[in-house]
Amino acid sequence: MDTTRKTIILFSGDFDKVMAAFIIANGAAAMDDDVTMFFTFWGLNALRRPEKVATSRKSPLQKAFAAMMPRGPGRLALSHMNFAGAGPKLMQRMMRQQNVMSLEELIATAREQGIKMVACTMSMDIMGLRAEELIDGLEFAGVASYLGDADEANVNLFI
Amino acid sequence: MTVATEELKALTIAQVVDARGTSCPGPILAAKKAIGGVPVNGVMEVLATDSGTLKDLPAWSKKMGHEFLGSFDDAGYLHLYLRKMK
Repeated sequence: MDTTRKTIILFSGDFDKVMAAFIIANGAAAMDDDVTMFFTFWGLNALRRPEKVATSRKSPLQKAFAAMMPRGPGRLALSHMNFAGAGPKLMQRMMRQQNVMSLEELIATAREQGIKMVACTMSMDIMGLRAEELIDGLEFAGVASYLGDADEANVNLFI
Repeated sequence: MTVATEELKALTIAQVVDARGTSCPGPILAAKKAIGGVPVNGVMEVLATDSGTLKDLPAWSKKMGHEFLGSFDDAGYLHLYLRKMK
């Protein structure tokens, strides 16, 4: 059987939606599919390093954006029942109790499985995020690169 | 095609994968990792506690071109069997 291709656009930076995207992506990769995840707008926050990173010069607005947005999977908010940040902590506790992989583990597994993770450079510019603020192993590209992969895919999700 | 529990228990197992305690997508990640070590025509047994595995492992086997043989629930966890076809 031919291997097929899946693409996922991760637009959302909500913890629960990012979880869903990485579970689907890892499941597809486990079924021998080539998977491309394209991270744009708020979805880029899932790829941020948790620590503050010194970067090349940013405009004041870019600085403000980067400072206000969550740094990495451990700081994302829930789309519902966020309760000023208590919601994700409760959900993470329930996930541990149910032996569900953490978001950090899912991201690491995605890399191990060779899932292609692409950061949208246009969104990075708008939101003031630099490559050095994001985790290793990413590609940097734009809409044409995503569409090129989507053309060859039989499933394209926008999350 | 699935076979009876007695026949499943009588199979010669090339590899056992213990995915008990893991939730979706843990069992299929474990199956993917282990299948490389199974010879063609060999049988892999997957142990799981996530009930979704009853549907997910047959789907994974079909997609990967392997033959899902069947499953049974024993002592609170699932035993699932598939034959590596290629």
